[in-house]
Parts: sequence; structure tokens; C-alpha cells
Amino acid sequence: MANIKLESLTKRFDDVPALDSINIEVQDKEFFVLLGPTGAGKTTMLRCVSGLEKPEEGTIRIDGEDVGEVSIAARDVAFVFQYYTLYPHMTVRENLEFPLRSRLRRYEQAKIDRRVEEVAEILHITRLLDRKSVHLSGGEMQRVGIGRAIVRQPKVFLMDEPLSNLDAKLREEMRAELARLHYQLGSTFFYVTHDQTEAMTMGDRIAVMHEGTIKQIGTPQDIYYKPADTFVAKFVGSPPINLIEGTLKDGNLSLSGGQMICCPTEEQLKALESAGKDKVIFGIRPEDILITQEEGDSNSFPMNVYFNQSMGAEDILNLKSDDLILQATVAPNLDIQVGQTVYANFQMDYAHLFDVDTTKRIG
Amino acid sequence: MPQIEERKGIGRTVAIVLLVVFTVIYLFPLFYVVNTSFRPWAQIKEYPPKLMFEPSIGSYIRIFTARTGFPPNDQPTQAEVEEMEWYERIVYKGTNEQIVRMGDLPKRYMNSLVIVLLSTGITIILGTLAAYGFSRFKVKGKDDWLFFILSTRMIPPVVVVIPVFLLYRNIGLNDTHIGLILLYTAFNVSFAVWVMKGFLDEIPIEYEEAAMVDGYSRFEAFRKIVLPQAVTGIAATAVFCFIFAWNEYAFAFLLTRNTAQTVPAWLPYQMGVLGYDWGAAAAGSVLFLIPAMVFTILLRKHLVRGISFGAVRK
Repeated sequence: MANIKLESLTKRFDDVPALDSINIEVQDKEFFVLLGPTGAGKTTMLRCVSGLEKPEEGTIRIDGEDVGEVSIAARDVAFVFQYYTLYPHMTVRENLEFPLRSRLRRYEQAKIDRRVEEVAEILHITRLLDRKSVHLSGGEMQRVGIGRAIVRQPKVFLMDEPLSNLDAKLREEMRAELARLHYQLGSTFFYVTHDQTEAMTMGDRIAVMHEGTIKQIGTPQDIYYKPADTFVAKFVGSPPINLIEGTLKDGNLSLSGGQMICCPTEEQLKALESAGKDKVIFGIRPEDILITQEEGDSNSFPMNVYFNQSMGAEDILNLKSDDLILQATVAPNLDIQVGQTVYANFQMDYAHLFDVDTTKRIG
Repeated sequence: MPQIEERKGIGRTVAIVLLVVFTVIYLFPLFYVVNTSFRPWAQIKEYPPKLMFEPSIGSYIRIFTARTGFPPNDQPTQAEVEEMEWYERIVYKGTNEQIVRMGDLPKRYMNSLVIVLLSTGITIILGTLAAYGFSRFKVKGKDDWLFFILSTRMIPPVVVVIPVFLLYRNIGLNDTHIGLILLYTAFNVSFAVWVMKGFLDEIPIEYEEAAMVDGYSRFEAFRKIVLPQAVTGIAATAVFCFIFAWNEYAFAFLLTRNTAQTVPAWLPYQMGVLGYDWGAAAAGSVLFLIPAMVFTILLRKHLVRGISFGAVRK
């Protein structure tokens, strides 16, 4: 069990930076999730930690030790790949035994057998042990893949989108399974995904990445309720956050060219003042827009319902006012018809303000 | 529905008939050679040829032996004929010859086997390793190298027979095993690199990466993970290299006389007392065909998958 520390890690592919001076510290026993869109450099970072890629600059410390010159094999990390990389010419048992038979370990057969049985038990794959790995289903393969990672009790687990090739139902099951596994094993997980649900549900902490840089590191709550910039705000949350350009005028926020005038909270006003900005991006999540049939006390604006996506547990209303389109989630029993005019009440306590130039959070 | 069934039935019949016809056409020369090799001496040159006859292994005895004809004034007596070994008698009755010694076939055959197996082995090792390098590593000027390797195949080998002959004479490789091994390896290795690269490219690199993370060196990963999956490709490549080297005639004919002469270079020299010995040549050909057939059949399981490998995704 160990922590991982990345210091000003930089990696380029043909002069295109894939990782740009990354600093991250993954705590011991933490479930740390790296979240970002395709091409953000998440996988590259994981591969650098494992040793499969060599960074141009920066240091990687596993358990305090600089592993820059340590071979892949000797780093004692486990890697679960996006594609099930079970060795096709081996049975499930041979696959699980393979890491234990490395020259680095030299375990006795009895110990190997015991470990394999234990792991098979944990992952519920005992009945598959003597099957050829090519005859397994996707979910079973990924279970074995994870099994091959945990069988040798490595210092850290590196997981590169292990669930992305599974179908939705199975992915949900495996999510719970992985969380359980992390709890059960009590080891460090460094997990890469582009799926915000995976990140939010499993991660102790999340690092949001974009184009080779870290945008924000924090708990799922931090990321969701206090996004560091508009990218993080947009990337996390479904349906996505509503972002509207606004101008500060006499202590009021004029949105979308004066269509809506709302009053920020005292805190937000203070933050705006200290930032010295009067042009901002106003962000509000769909669930922070309260929909009513009658006009509310303040920050309440009439809007036209032009589309309703029913999700079962909730409805996503697409609201329109001139050329401004907002999404709001409401309980499905409100009986709101398309074409109807409703009032969108912005819960200003939960609103976000971002710098229009730097896109960084103001308040 | 019955109509469709019927049409399917007709299609099947046509396919079977066509397959039978092609099989017969392709197998006929083979049949004729085998047939000729078992014909008694007197019937070999008979026209029209008889397909049915009492088989004789005379041709096989002749291909294995060196013989001289009995002079007309020194024919063996009845008693002497009866004292002959059975094989001597068969030869005497067929061509009126006496066996002087064991022929050169076993030696030539060994030459062929040694040269071809060694060159195939070396080709596979070099080709697989080179292909692995090209497939997995960043090699400077990779495409140029690969093209260069392929380009060695572009001139027909016969064109360079004379230069190679002169070169070999100067460095003393004429009529040596090592000379032919080097030559066949050089010719086959380009082919092996290209074919093996195709196979290795198909094996996802993640397998080796997984193995390395699991605690193995790159070479161990290559040996334990890549090689078992490349068996099909190796088998297919080996069969092609083996057959090329086994059948090669031009270089063997020019570069070898004796010590390292292979079967294809030696086989045409089958003269008997009564002219060219077609029976012995046919018998030699049959024996010559066997290793290639055995080799191919042994690797057949891999071969079928190997040849269609690129076409069908796993």
C-alpha cells in the first residue's frame, strides 16, 4: 500500500504536450479518480506512473521512492486496461497465476493456489477458473482482468477506464463491485475515466483534466458544488450546467443582454467586488432552477417550455426566452405542458460566477 | 421454400462436381509421378502408357544405387543370378546392370534437409525478431527500412546467380552447406519479416504491457505472451520458407557440385544404360515430395488459420 506523488510531470508526443507540468498527490488507501474527456492525457498519466511511458520531465514517487529509473516490472503496480487483456492462450486460472509466477516473486505453488482461490472467491469467478479466457463474456473478462491485478497485492492499482467496454447494466454492477473491492482491500486506487457518474460515485477525490492540465482536484462535492472553472462546471453534471453571460450593474446581475436582472447574494457581490470584474459568466445547474406556475418573489423569470425530456425519475425541461435556452430538472408530477409559460426561479445560493476572460471561478 | 431447398441442393452438387474436377486436375501430375515410379523398367517408356501393371520397386532401387552395365561378353550365369541379393536381381532383370555401390541420394537428401531446416530456422528467428522490432518500437526511417527489406525480393533470384557465383567462388563458399544456408536465409528473411510483421501487428500491444506490469521483462513478455499467439504466423511463414528453399534449383545447381549438393540439383542426373532413367527420376521425385508434404500437413492446423488471418478479425 502506498501513496503516489507526481511532481511537474510533463510528457510530449511529437512536441504536442500530453501532460503539462502535472502535480498530484494520491494518498495512501485513497480512491483517486482522474476525470476528463477523451484526449485529456488521463491514460498517458497512468501509463507514466506504471512505467509504460517515460515522461520528459518531472518525478514520480511511489511510496516516497523516485521510480524514474525503476523498470515497469519492479514498480509493483497493477494495471487494469480498458480492453480486456486476458492472455488468450491461457485459462482463467493461468491468467490469474501469471503475475505470481514472475521471477520477481518466485512463490511456491501452494501459495499461488491459495491466492488464486482467494481472488476468485472475492470476484465470484471460481466456477470460471478452468475455462479458456477467450470463451468468457465481457463482464467476466473484466472481472478476471481485475483479478489478475489484485492477485499479487500490488502497491497501487492503476485502472484505465476498466468499465467503459461493458454495457450499461453491467457497468453499474461493477461500479458497486469496485467500490466494495476498494473498501475490502484497503489499497490505493488510481482510476481513470471519462464517465462523471463513475467519478462521482466511486472517487474519494477527483482530479478533472483537460488538454494535459489539471483543472481542479477535490472531493466529488467540491467538484460539483464549487467547480473551479467553466470547463469543470460543464463537464460534471448531467444535464449540464446552464451558463449565461452577464454584466454587473448597480449590485444587480444583468443576464443575456438585460433580459433577466437578478440579485446575487452578499457573498457573491463581495467576491465580484474583490475580483474587480463586471462582466461574468453566470452558471446555474438545472436542479437549482425552481419551476413554478406563478411568479416567485425574486429572481423569477417567465419562460416558455418548448421541449420536455422525461427521464422517469425526473423531467428535463428545455426552457426558452427569446434566444436564451435553459435546462431545468423538475419532478415528473408537475403536469407541465409543452408551450406553457412557467417561471424559472434561480436559487442564487447555488449559482456560480466565473470570470469571463479566464473562465475561473469568482464565487 | 422447397424450391429454395432444391436450388441449394443443386448448388451443392455443382460445387462438389467442380471441386472433384479441380482436385483430379491438380492431383493428376502427382498421381502420374507416383505411378511412373512403380512401373517396371520395360513399361516406363511404353506408349500409350498402361495405368495398370504389376508394380515394381526397381526404380527406387536404382535411385538409391550406383550401377554399371554387364558387358555383353560377361553376362552372369544362371547360378550367379540365383546367388544375387533380391535387389540386385531386380536391377539385373530390369536394366541388365550390376550394383556397384550405394548411390548419392541419402547424402543429397541429408544435404537438403540440413540446409533447408537450418535456413528455415534461422529465417524464422531473424524474421520474427526483426518484425517484432518493426512492429513495436519506434525505428528511425521504419518505412524506408521495410521497403529496403522488401526490395531485396524485387529482382528474380536467377538474375543474381552469376554475381553470387563469382562472389562465392572468391570467398570460398562454393559447394558448402553454409553457403546455401546463407543464401536461402537471405532470400527468405525479407518475406518472413513482412509476413511476421503483419501477424505481430495484429497482436494487441496491451498483452505485453500487461505482462510487463505483471512483473516480466520485455523479452519474457515476448516469449511467454507474444510467441504463443504468433504460432500461427510462424507456422505459415515456416511452411513458405521451407518450400521455397526445398524446391530451389538455380542456385543449388550452380553453386554446388558434390559436398553440399541438394536433391533438386542432383535429381536430373539420372542416366541409365539405356538413356535417361525416368523411373528413377520419378522415384526420386516421390521421395523428394515427402518432407514438404509432411511438414505442411504437420503445420496444416495453423496454416489454414494463418493464410486467412488478416481477412477474418478475431
